[in-house]
Amino acid sequence: MALVERIRRRPVETVAFSDAAVTLRQEVATGLLSRGKGLIVPLALLLAWEVLSRLGVFAEHLVPSPTAVANEIIYLWNKGVLVEHVWTTTYRVILGFAAGTLIATVLGSLTGASRLARELLDPTIQALKAVPSLAWVPLFILWFGIFETSKVSLIAVGVFFPVYLNLMSAIHDSDRKLVEVGRIYRLTTWQQLRYILVPSTLPSYVVGLRSGLALGWMFVIAAELMGASKGLGFLMIDGQMTGHPAIIVGSLILFALVGKASDGFLAFATRPLLKWQDSFAKMTQGGGNA
Amino acid sequence: MLEINGVTKSFAAPEGGSSLALDTFNLSVGEHEIVSLVGTSGCGKSTLLRILSGLDSASDGGVTIAGQPVTGPNPDIAMVFQEPRLMPWLTVRENVRLALLDLSRNEQDELIAEALGQVGLDRHADLLPNQLSGGMAQRVAIARALARHPKILLLDEPFSALDSFTRQKLQVHLLELWERSRFTMVFVTHDLDEATVLSDRIAVLRGHPGRLAQVIDVNLPRPRARSSVQLQQIKREITQVLDLS
Repeated sequence: MALVERIRRRPVETVAFSDAAVTLRQEVATGLLSRGKGLIVPLALLLAWEVLSRLGVFAEHLVPSPTAVANEIIYLWNKGVLVEHVWTTTYRVILGFAAGTLIATVLGSLTGASRLARELLDPTIQALKAVPSLAWVPLFILWFGIFETSKVSLIAVGVFFPVYLNLMSAIHDSDRKLVEVGRIYRLTTWQQLRYILVPSTLPSYVVGLRSGLALGWMFVIAAELMGASKGLGFLMIDGQMTGHPAIIVGSLILFALVGKASDGFLAFATRPLLKWQDSFAKMTQGGGNA
Repeated sequence: MLEINGVTKSFAAPEGGSSLALDTFNLSVGEHEIVSLVGTSGCGKSTLLRILSGLDSASDGGVTIAGQPVTGPNPDIAMVFQEPRLMPWLTVRENVRLALLDLSRNEQDELIAEALGQVGLDRHADLLPNQLSGGMAQRVAIARALARHPKILLLDEPFSALDSFTRQKLQVHLLELWERSRFTMVFVTHDLDEATVLSDRIAVLRGHPGRLAQVIDVNLPRPRARSSVQLQQIKREITQVLDLS
């Protein structure tokens, strides 16, 4: 009887297995489909834009067609200047981001960890935050001249505030209960930092870094619009001066691409540090499905 | 072993002045004794435990262990909190290691293996706390506390967040560990079952500021049946002491 049962059951299991395979394939297909859905609107807009441009609905000297933009980018690439402009801008962001992050990390750790430092420094820093960052431009140009230093400084100011604020509040709010565990087991200051404070502040520090980077890209345009001989901001001004809207739109698209790529890189680079959060998210997802 | 001499604790009140949480508390706990602290909420039980652990200091009076005054956290005293308080970014093994960081790597590994073995979690050493059940997480916390063989184990309502089945299992387990390792145990609880099943003596605190109202001896052999007549009698006695306020 048992044997009969088993034989009877076998085809059922096979069916269940192939069912699973079908479900998997469907899931992959739905995944692609849902990701593909996001592309429908931009592609349709692009197509409409191209068609309307060719029909002459838009004035060519104001709104370039997508093909004109693509041609312009290819032209700059062939001329060999595209990489240089993109790299100049990226390099400024990297320098400003590094400087802003460094200062924000030092000051944020200080004011987060020490009450005295917080009471002494934080009101001043908060007051400086109230100054619109672009208002620093005249002063920076006066101090550092019109070349790289003033641009990098402006970007660093933009990067500084989100990184500083996120780090300071994360350290300040870090779980008293976990810190007490460190005290009970007599961890040294260094061990407290390494095992408790740094890991617990990393998630919001990374949030600060990513918003800082986004602001860095914002400020690099401002810096380059004010005067530069290289860079994407310069290209845009150049396009404006010479009446080439295709260059402006092309630079916009390049900004979007490079900015998105740098954010993706930052997220990727910090992922190992936040692995424990990932595994938690994965687990709760699994629990939800089960 | 553990002498609590006239411990008084006052906190700065938000509207100025100070409020008294614990008033001249005296108690002497012998070696390998189990003492529980029970009382209404706000009577200073947890405050007392934090002073014993060295996390807080007494406003007046003091605590000595084997004649030595407690001035801060001390390797002879371990504490288990109401919550497991595991670092979510460290595995079970690394969480236990936190208690052993001043030892050599080999000693650490040996003591971690021993401690996790004792609580039956040696096969879960590489999991993250988020992957554990509440009972397992609290067992890791107990393993961390016992890893370096402390003379005194303090527990602040250690099982109050667990379901009653897990709670009873862990109470039995804790007694086994206590019989094996012969540490002194002081714990705070709201659960009169827990107090009567585990304790040699029950210190009943009352009022605000908290004062020691009565110490009740439980001279019964272990393991004790939760429903036994004697334990019912003791629970009635505690309730009467608490109701007098």
